[in-house]
Amino acid sequence: MDTFVQQLINGLTIGSIYALIALGYTMVYGILRLINFAHGDIYMVGAYAGFILATSLGFAANPSAFGFVVTLVGAMAIAAGIGMAIERFAYRPVRKFSKMTTLITAIGMSLLIEYLFVFIFSGTPRSFPQLITNDNYTLFGNATISTSQILIFVVSILLMILLQYIIFYTKIGKAMRAVSFNLNSAKLMGINTNFVIAFTFALGSALAAAGGVLTAQYNPKIEPLMGIITGLKAFVAAVLGGIGNIPGAVLGGLLIGAAETLVVGYGSAIGIPSTYRDAVAFAILILVLLVRPAGLLGSNVQEKV
Amino acid sequence: MPSWVKSLLVGVVLIALLYMMNAMMSSGGFFGIGVDDYQGRLLVFIAINIILATSLNLINGFTGQFSIGHAGFMAVGAYSSAYFTVTYGKAIEASFGFLGETVASSVVLLIAVLIGAIVAAIAGLIVGIPSLRLKGDYLAIVTLGFAEIIRIVILNIDAVGGATGYQVPGYANFLWVGIFAVITVVVVHNIVKSDAGRALVSIREDELAAEAMGVNTTRYKVTAFAIGSAFAGVAGVLFAHYNKFLSTNDFQFIKSFEIIIMIVIGGMGSMTGAILGAIIVTLLPELLRQLPDIQFGATTFKFADLRLVIFALILILTMILRPQGILGTREFGLNWLKRPRKADEGTSAVGADAGVPISQEREAKRLAEEDKD
Repeated sequence: MDTFVQQLINGLTIGSIYALIALGYTMVYGILRLINFAHGDIYMVGAYAGFILATSLGFAANPSAFGFVVTLVGAMAIAAGIGMAIERFAYRPVRKFSKMTTLITAIGMSLLIEYLFVFIFSGTPRSFPQLITNDNYTLFGNATISTSQILIFVVSILLMILLQYIIFYTKIGKAMRAVSFNLNSAKLMGINTNFVIAFTFALGSALAAAGGVLTAQYNPKIEPLMGIITGLKAFVAAVLGGIGNIPGAVLGGLLIGAAETLVVGYGSAIGIPSTYRDAVAFAILILVLLVRPAGLLGSNVQEKV
Repeated sequence: MPSWVKSLLVGVVLIALLYMMNAMMSSGGFFGIGVDDYQGRLLVFIAINIILATSLNLINGFTGQFSIGHAGFMAVGAYSSAYFTVTYGKAIEASFGFLGETVASSVVLLIAVLIGAIVAAIAGLIVGIPSLRLKGDYLAIVTLGFAEIIRIVILNIDAVGGATGYQVPGYANFLWVGIFAVITVVVVHNIVKSDAGRALVSIREDELAAEAMGVNTTRYKVTAFAIGSAFAGVAGVLFAHYNKFLSTNDFQFIKSFEIIIMIVIGGMGSMTGAILGAIIVTLLPELLRQLPDIQFGATTFKFADLRLVIFALILILTMILRPQGILGTREFGLNWLKRPRKADEGTSAVGADAGVPISQEREAKRLAEEDKD
């Protein structure tokens, strides 16, 4: 039982990160119907931005909570800028073209970011400085939770509340919802759709970067290709929850994180070796989509003739 | 000249050409003209990529089903046939030994190709029947997921080497790879020009309308998917027996993306476009490897290390400047050499000049006009 609680805590920690990244996928998809394959790499960019900030501003030498907050917010701001730049220079010119064209552009962008970072920082992993003292707390008997895990939960919940507030209680959030409902009608209503789309990319990228910095606190090894698998799983989480649906992305992320660690922990008992860890997300997704083709919380849109 | 004589002539010329190129790659060369191992290897990979791109083009370009997991079927073909040749290859070779070494190894390779194609087609059916009910992006992510699951399952089978990789006897050479590339192109071309091909294109253009016209869309979609998978399997067999070593890392989703890039760069729904795309995607990173170093004061700036960055930039720029791909849905051929005939008014197909379905093209035009306001 204790190990079960432990596995669940670890799973939900990873799941929260997936959820943060999945939010970016789902928002961009909701507005542009674009699978932004470069989003996973923004998560990596966030981790590297945090790394550079923490080392150059001297927070690595004397860790403090203040240093962590500055690193986190700084990395989010840098990633938001990069996200907007990507949208402006790569996605906006191809927005009107077919789905394949936009998809290939996104794949190209992903390759560009990955190999640019390999070129600049080399492929060897770096160690992210610990900005907070990592203590272990005991819960329910034997299960432990570390400070960095608590930090992941708290920061991701705060960011999700903030996102919920932005989307439902601000003017720009209203505009985002209008654009995702119908881009052309929103334009007719006088909404500056280009600005709304750029803002969506900024918001999504900032969340992914927060995920990157938080992960780096939990597991300090960062490398230029770390965003590929994590990004793909986050995307799976977004589709699982119902792509375009914000609570769905969070639900999908937590589900996949939990399922993954449970397979590693208990899979061998039922004949699934832990090496199947990376296949679990896809298997769950396929099973769910065959029963609910629009994902768990997605609404099934009937095709109009 | 009757058409079968023409086909026969073309076939003989092609085989002679492939045989010549194959001889050029051998150590002796072809009457003294030879290419080195590196160039020979690139030619083989171009041919394998032509098989992959052409077969995916049948699914993506002509049927309009958004599949981005082609490498999974390639892996199925590669590993199933490699298991066969490793286990039975020597025995079969020995029993056909009286026909000479070349014939015996060819027999083994042909059986391996058959096995790889059948197993990959079955995998295509298993994946296709449930997932082709989904559309667009959902189908894309499910095919990607299946490809990744296939890869991880193979990674966990110790009989085919698991994570350490798998040694495979080298039965394939350029001649065989080239012949199968030609076969793939001919078969896919004939499918597309047949009644079934018209049905596939109608599904791409508008699935509901096709169904209303009496096209059994599910059957055609699944069949196209299985045929495409079978050829991906063939490509896998040839890759395995040429490369002589298999690792599941060769079949990661980046490989699937590479195949998609080939058909989109060349022009979706164009046979020659897929071939052109396969050539470009294989050669471009290798050509960029030759980029010179540039001296900036004390530091040398190695442009060759940036080759994948430059490749990605070229990819993005191609998409921005030529979204329908280099050829669009047009075919590259020698028709422009013939005397031009005046076509009747209205004979050109609607949407023939762009690599997107008519509905999307119209939408794009509409949006473009709106944007001007």
